[in-house]
Amino acid sequence: MTFEQLVFYFLASVAVIAAGLVITVRNPVRAALFLILTFFTVAVIWLLLEAEFLAIVLVLVYVGAVMVLFLFVVMMLDIDTDQLREGFAEYLPIGATVAVIILLQLVIVFSFGPFDLEQMPAPAAAAVDYSNTHQLGLLLYTYYVYPFELAAVLLLLAMVAAIALSLRGRLSAKRQRPDAQVRVRKEDRLRIVKMNAEKQD
Amino acid sequence: MSNIFADIQLATPEIFVFSMACVILLLDKVTHERMPKASFLLTQLTLLVGLYLVTITVPEGGSIKAFNDMFVLDGMAVLSKQVILFLTFVVLIYSYSYITERKMYRGEYFVLILNAVLGMMVMTSASHFLTIYIGLELLSLSLYTLVAMNRDSDLATEAAMKYFVLGALASGLLLYGMSMIYGATGSLDIETIRSAIQGMESDDTMLILGLVFIIVGIGFKLGVVPFHMWIPDIYQGAPTSVVLFLGTAPKVAAFAFIMRLLVDGFQGLAENWSDMLTIIAVLSMATGNILAIIQTNLKRMLAYSTISHMGYFLLGILSANPNGYSASLFYVIVYSFTSLAAFGLIIMMSRAGFEAEEISDYKGLNKRHPWFAFLVALVMFSMAGIPPTVGFFAKLSVIQALIDVEMYWLAVVAILFAVIGAYYYLRIIKTVYFDKPERNEPITARFGMQFVLSANVFALVLIMPWIGVIMDAVSNAISAMG
Amino acid sequence: MPEWILYLLDFLPDWDWLHVLLIALIKVVAIFIPLVVAVAYLPYAERKIIGYMQIRIGPNRVGPRGWLQPIADALKLILKEIIVPTKSNKYLFILAPILAMGPAIAVWSVIPFTDTLVLADINAGLLFVLAVSSIGVYGIIIAGWASNSKYAFLSAMRASAQIVSYELAMGFALVTVLMAAGSLNLREIVLAQSGGLTNWYLWPLFPMFMVYFISGVAETNRAPFDVAEGESEIVAGFHVEYSGMTFAVFFLAEYANMILIATLTSLMFLGGWMSPFGAASDIIILGDGIHWLLLKTSFLLFFFLWFRATFPRYRYDQIMRLGWKVFLPLTIFWIVFMGVMMFLTPWGYLFH
Repeated sequence: MTFEQLVFYFLASVAVIAAGLVITVRNPVRAALFLILTFFTVAVIWLLLEAEFLAIVLVLVYVGAVMVLFLFVVMMLDIDTDQLREGFAEYLPIGATVAVIILLQLVIVFSFGPFDLEQMPAPAAAAVDYSNTHQLGLLLYTYYVYPFELAAVLLLLAMVAAIALSLRGRLSAKRQRPDAQVRVRKEDRLRIVKMNAEKQD
Repeated sequence: MSNIFADIQLATPEIFVFSMACVILLLDKVTHERMPKASFLLTQLTLLVGLYLVTITVPEGGSIKAFNDMFVLDGMAVLSKQVILFLTFVVLIYSYSYITERKMYRGEYFVLILNAVLGMMVMTSASHFLTIYIGLELLSLSLYTLVAMNRDSDLATEAAMKYFVLGALASGLLLYGMSMIYGATGSLDIETIRSAIQGMESDDTMLILGLVFIIVGIGFKLGVVPFHMWIPDIYQGAPTSVVLFLGTAPKVAAFAFIMRLLVDGFQGLAENWSDMLTIIAVLSMATGNILAIIQTNLKRMLAYSTISHMGYFLLGILSANPNGYSASLFYVIVYSFTSLAAFGLIIMMSRAGFEAEEISDYKGLNKRHPWFAFLVALVMFSMAGIPPTVGFFAKLSVIQALIDVEMYWLAVVAILFAVIGAYYYLRIIKTVYFDKPERNEPITARFGMQFVLSANVFALVLIMPWIGVIMDAVSNAISAMG
Repeated sequence: MPEWILYLLDFLPDWDWLHVLLIALIKVVAIFIPLVVAVAYLPYAERKIIGYMQIRIGPNRVGPRGWLQPIADALKLILKEIIVPTKSNKYLFILAPILAMGPAIAVWSVIPFTDTLVLADINAGLLFVLAVSSIGVYGIIIAGWASNSKYAFLSAMRASAQIVSYELAMGFALVTVLMAAGSLNLREIVLAQSGGLTNWYLWPLFPMFMVYFISGVAETNRAPFDVAEGESEIVAGFHVEYSGMTFAVFFLAEYANMILIATLTSLMFLGGWMSPFGAASDIIILGDGIHWLLLKTSFLLFFFLWFRATFPRYRYDQIMRLGWKVFLPLTIFWIVFMGVMMFLTPWGYLFH
């Protein structure tokens, strides 16, 4: 077993165990933290494939941003885990069946289809000056430019949709108007009154 | 990498629609107080100009691919886009007064509509799993939001939630199916998949599994039995103006979607999907028509009628030959215009605070407003497929397609359920003409809308002399699919 | 790598990975020790500088002119008891300072001190910096949550929202740098600025330099953006329940992050180890070298302290407004502006 394989199996087992813990631990905050661990190990597995861009972006986007907000929400909400667990035994057979089917399908894909180990050997190690980022950029902005731009449209749409649904017209909250603040001049606020000193008697 | 400018030229309508959506999004911030009508008018202008752009970018013969084979422009794409843009144009005319009266008139409403239109346009000219999926998501995301737009209504919120959850599930299934197909063929490009399938055995486990997932995904999106549970709730709960939209244009897009996936991609598996679609179609015709009978809410009844109509629409596709496809396309176009008129009538009857969605609201309409009563009767005739209307020809053409491929028993079943379905459509006519009116407020509707709606309804009958022209256009579109 | 270290390595068993590991470890230590010393003396500098600004003397009791103050502080903190609050989440409570410190140190692995002195010269260095520093926020969130205290929790909420908001502006500001340099590799970004003062990205990207540096101040929760600590309202914020060494680790992480931001700003905008007089200079001290990087970093660190002595604390909504409504649109505008300038007009050379 080479060093790389050792690292891979270690990371893979951490990822699988952490993923298992995500759905079994009782505390939702801990579940979210285990999910972060899962993302992290998967990112490192990508590094083993010399896909450094994907690895880092996974950490940057999912670990650094998405999960922070997720954790934020989980902490704010008082989630009653017992209530969530109520139908667990009832749905277990269905869930287990689906899981087994998906697993079987994955096995079929990776052992018989065009993706089995013989037709898809490990890629040759890339040259020293190979840049995963550069390659991805080239592909995204040339070959896949149409779906890439469409995906951008989709994100914009999601943003518009979220704002349209959540921004209520009511603006009773007091808010700052920086433009008005900046435009204020001394003359607007201050009145200088000149008067002679009066004699005190 | 071919010349990008040539590619962009082919996608001008899509780019134009999206750019205008952005312009409206920004402009609305400025105009929504001073010129509230600006967003609406600009949207309508966009749709008309888009229609014009689609018409002038017709490819010369056969189909042209662009953007590294991810975009395809052919007869079907052009025709579907034209129909979609025109339908949306009419939809917005009908919904204008509805949304202004219910405080739903916001710039985002039109931005979402335009994005949905963009999604449909992308879907109709997609030749790659990536683009077809993104197009579908563009459409779905806009529709989820539009359904939830009336945020003070519990029913609408519930409908949006159901729609979203089931829609996401359907997308997941579809994606899962696509990934299986990718696993089996090693490609996401529809043409490559097609040729890869020809080199494989047709009972390949991977392929069949992928196909099943994709069919389930399509079934959910289309709302056919047994994946129809969401349709009635959404038709009932969502604002009528939104139902008007999601019940018309997306059905045409769904046709293109099915054609791209099943016919373009899985031609080699036609036997398999034809069987699956047969079961779905029979179940839909049965469930839709029978359950529609017991509904008291008109929108809900029309929802079940949609389910049954989608069953009929599948009949043409499952016959798996070009005649069947053009019959289906014809059917879906006719159905879209008919349901446009039907929901248009509901909108016309309703006003702020009164939705006019119970069947009992229409009792004795003839005494209150004979003209509307007549329009209702015509629409119901067309829905039921009774001869002087175009709905009859639509049903006839799909059944004809079945007989061509010698599926006699299916044709018999389809006719049987059409007869059952006629019952509840005729019941509406009976309610309108022979029941005593329960309400007697005057019906107020803008003249412009009345005019367009009347034209819409009469088109369902008066189009008859030109039916051959439409049939030709439809079959040309299908034969030009490459 | 000095000869004598390689010589020592010869005595070890002949396993390749062991050698790789040991050499890496030695490099890590070589970066870590100076960093810790710098982190220890930065608070001292802060107290002194702010002291002089406020016409005070600052710490002057321990050692000559107070030079041994940091060591005394460290000793005190090490010897103090670590109090774990009742009903707190013990594991997470201990994990939090580690999570805060880890990323603050890990980022240093890709920082190039000179052309050759860099632990890991990776292609996507800039992204690595962004990614790893974005993990730092977990330390704060978890600390706030695990402490089982409302002040700590409030502060964690404030801090995480603030950090996530400013990370966007920071990331976009760095996009302009990578557009100008055409590389994500930090070493190449610095090399692209060679040729003296006028070639630094400070000039063509001046607004982005401002955005980046101010966001950096906000990102490290330093004054005037220190609402997360907010002594006067939420009594020191997320580490209110921490004591002894656990508190010290948070403290160190904050200062390590400050040094990091200052170093990164020097690398991205001030030409890193490049001399302002260009490389052609005859006098060694004026040529390129690590001393320039240290000088620039110290100069920027001085700004951190200066801000603290000068500005009153922002209100929370003002912080959010600045991040989302001023910086973010500005950076996005600048990216578009730069793209247009670089590719559609003849003035693109201004940005290269």
